[in-house]
Amino acid sequence: MSHYNFKKITVVPTAKDFVDIVLSKTQRKTPTVVHKHYKISRIRQFYTRKVKFSQQTFHDKLSQIISDFPKLEDVHPFYADLMNVLYDKDHFKLALGQINTARHLIDNVAKDYVRLMKYADSLYRCKQLKKAALGRMCTIMKRQKQSLEYLEQVRQHLSRLPSIDPNTRTLLICGFPNVGKSSFINKITRADVEVQPYAFTTKSLFVGHTDYKYLRWQVVDTPGILDHSLEERNTIEMQAITALAHLRAAVIYVMDVSEQCGHSIEQQVALFKNIKPLFANKPLIVCVNKIDILKIEDLPEDKRDLVKSFEEEEIPLMTMSTLTEEGVSELRNEACDRLLAHRVETKIKTKKVNDIANRLHVAVPQKRDKKERPAFIPEAVMKKRQAMEIEKEKRKLERDIELEEGDDYVLDLRKTWDLPKPEEKYDVIPEIWEGHNVADFIDPDIMKKLDELEKEEELREKAGYYDNYDSDDDDEEVQEMRKTASRIREKRQLITLESGEKRRIQRPRVPRTAKKIDVKQMEESMEELGVEMDGSDETHYNRLRSRSASKVALKRKREPSEPRSKSRARSASKPPRDQSGVRDETMAKKAKKIGRNAQKSFNMDARKGEADRRVLDMKPKHLFSGKRKMGKTDRR
Amino acid sequence: MRLDKCYFCSSTLYPGHGIQFVRNDCKIFKFCRSKCHKAFKKKRNPRRSRWTKAFRKAAGKDLAVDPSFEFEKRRNVPVKYDRELWSNTVKAMQRISEIKTKRQNQFILNRLKKGKELRKEADKREIEKHIHLIKSPAARSAKLEKKMVEVIEEDDDERMEEEI
Repeated sequence: MSHYNFKKITVVPTAKDFVDIVLSKTQRKTPTVVHKHYKISRIRQFYTRKVKFSQQTFHDKLSQIISDFPKLEDVHPFYADLMNVLYDKDHFKLALGQINTARHLIDNVAKDYVRLMKYADSLYRCKQLKKAALGRMCTIMKRQKQSLEYLEQVRQHLSRLPSIDPNTRTLLICGFPNVGKSSFINKITRADVEVQPYAFTTKSLFVGHTDYKYLRWQVVDTPGILDHSLEERNTIEMQAITALAHLRAAVIYVMDVSEQCGHSIEQQVALFKNIKPLFANKPLIVCVNKIDILKIEDLPEDKRDLVKSFEEEEIPLMTMSTLTEEGVSELRNEACDRLLAHRVETKIKTKKVNDIANRLHVAVPQKRDKKERPAFIPEAVMKKRQAMEIEKEKRKLERDIELEEGDDYVLDLRKTWDLPKPEEKYDVIPEIWEGHNVADFIDPDIMKKLDELEKEEELREKAGYYDNYDSDDDDEEVQEMRKTASRIREKRQLITLESGEKRRIQRPRVPRTAKKIDVKQMEESMEELGVEMDGSDETHYNRLRSRSASKVALKRKREPSEPRSKSRARSASKPPRDQSGVRDETMAKKAKKIGRNAQKSFNMDARKGEADRRVLDMKPKHLFSGKRKMGKTDRR
Repeated sequence: MRLDKCYFCSSTLYPGHGIQFVRNDCKIFKFCRSKCHKAFKKKRNPRRSRWTKAFRKAAGKDLAVDPSFEFEKRRNVPVKYDRELWSNTVKAMQRISEIKTKRQNQFILNRLKKGKELRKEADKREIEKHIHLIKSPAARSAKLEKKMVEVIEEDDDERMEEEI
């Protein structure tokens, strides 16, 4: 199904604009710098390119116009006719034809001048040729001024045409001017057609859409038609005629009984008779409008007969009033139903329908006899149903109570509580007690369990579980011991503190035995320790050491002395180093042992010891700087 | 209204206090204060934080197993309200909490007994080893002296009697 959309046609510029566009484009899109000392082929190529480029641009633009406009032979006859009515077919075709000719002419001009360019021998000549070529192209375009203007107008009008789909379900409204066609379409669709109390308010076709039976219905409003011959009709009327002739739609012929439109009923009936051939093969409804002013029954007899004559011809006659909306939707529904039926009928007549009809079959089971076989309902169920119906007395709902009491109403949920003792319903229930949830303790057997616990407790008490009497606490001996121990601890702490204090001072340490002991201090400390120091005057430490009893120096071991000659060096008499300075064999052994022990830790860690070779400087400066000339690596 | 226990420290959460965290598996964690909440966010284990009830129970600091604990628990059995049962329960709660505190206190006392023993032992050892620091072995205590003097005097008396 082709959908007609004339909105996408590109704008047709005026002849002057056209030329400007093409020339400026040529200027922009082609090289601009050329010099006369260039090779002639290059200069020729430069100008040829300009000519060809502008020709191509003209060609493209014109082709675009020609292809964009619809071809009257290709579009639906409704549109072809409509365009003929609106824009004049001959004029339209002529304009397009002229554009086509112009395109050919421009092509030829370009071809000629490109050929001539080959014979140009200087920049100047080339330039003149180019100028001439472009000039001629522009002249050709200028001659198309009028066709271009006409086409632009057509384009604008086309783009504003309502997009009528000629093949879909359509309701077509026609009749004399000012009978209420546009009011009707405004009532049933959302199209906002202008309604005014004078003839020919509607000057073109209008489209609206309405929904009925879940389908989309296109409603076309046409301008009014006057009753005269086809040749005399103007463009506005012709649009309506075109729509009537080409759209396969349900036609609603609107009449005005009140004759306010300025045409009598006789005239309206005459018009109907006149355009009747256009209604052939279409569902048709005659609709009498404006019944709010005048009913059919109130008409004079002769006029009523005229109206009634439609019924004799089996044309349905309906009444409506767009003012009071009386009969409007009925009319639409009737028209839609008729159109739908008609379309189905025509479809069935086609050949294709057999293929589908063969596949369809509606099965209707046939009755085997005349016996009634209703559904079986058990008696119990029936009883229950009946009981339910009887019991239908309405329960009093909370909502009813609320309405009854009004502002005093308080929602009471407790009244429906189901408790063994109803009088307890409104008790204040304790929830917590000293940081415990009462609910956690709730247990029907709690008293029994508590009794057990109490019994256990009693047993424990009897067994002396809670006797905390500690005999040791009061014992004098134990207390004495604790006191003594704490005193000892205190003392020890003092000693450690003192010693730490002493050690902190970096000073040569003197062994305790070498220190002088103050007699008084010693006595004090001893007294503190519980030694009775009375009569200490006679003690040995109070006696001074006598000078005569001074210590005799210990004897040194004498080495055997050898007589030495005066010329010989004295060193020969020296003992080996490990033996010198030691008193005797045992001392030597001891010294050796000490020495070995001192070495032990070094050996254990595989560290450098005393005896290991010692290199003080692994990288002496003098061996690693300067140039090496002759000689060895380690000499410089 | 319900009083809940803090997830971390097991203290009681009164209405309007603490904060609640619902994990994406719908488990609800309630915390009594920001301290507990922070500890939880740091993924601390309440059993290993020394200040929580969980630690004290796990480490044997507090009474953990006792029939008196069996009374308070969520039973998830609906019981219809009965005034007598409720008043009994409240009375029982008081008695139970009495017994419970008594037992808990006793537990702590028992636990502390061992330390006393050990301290006594240590005192003994201390005295044996370091008595010389406060008392010279050469010292003769006045008390001892006194005793000895008495004994000697008694001896003398006896002797005198014998002699007589």
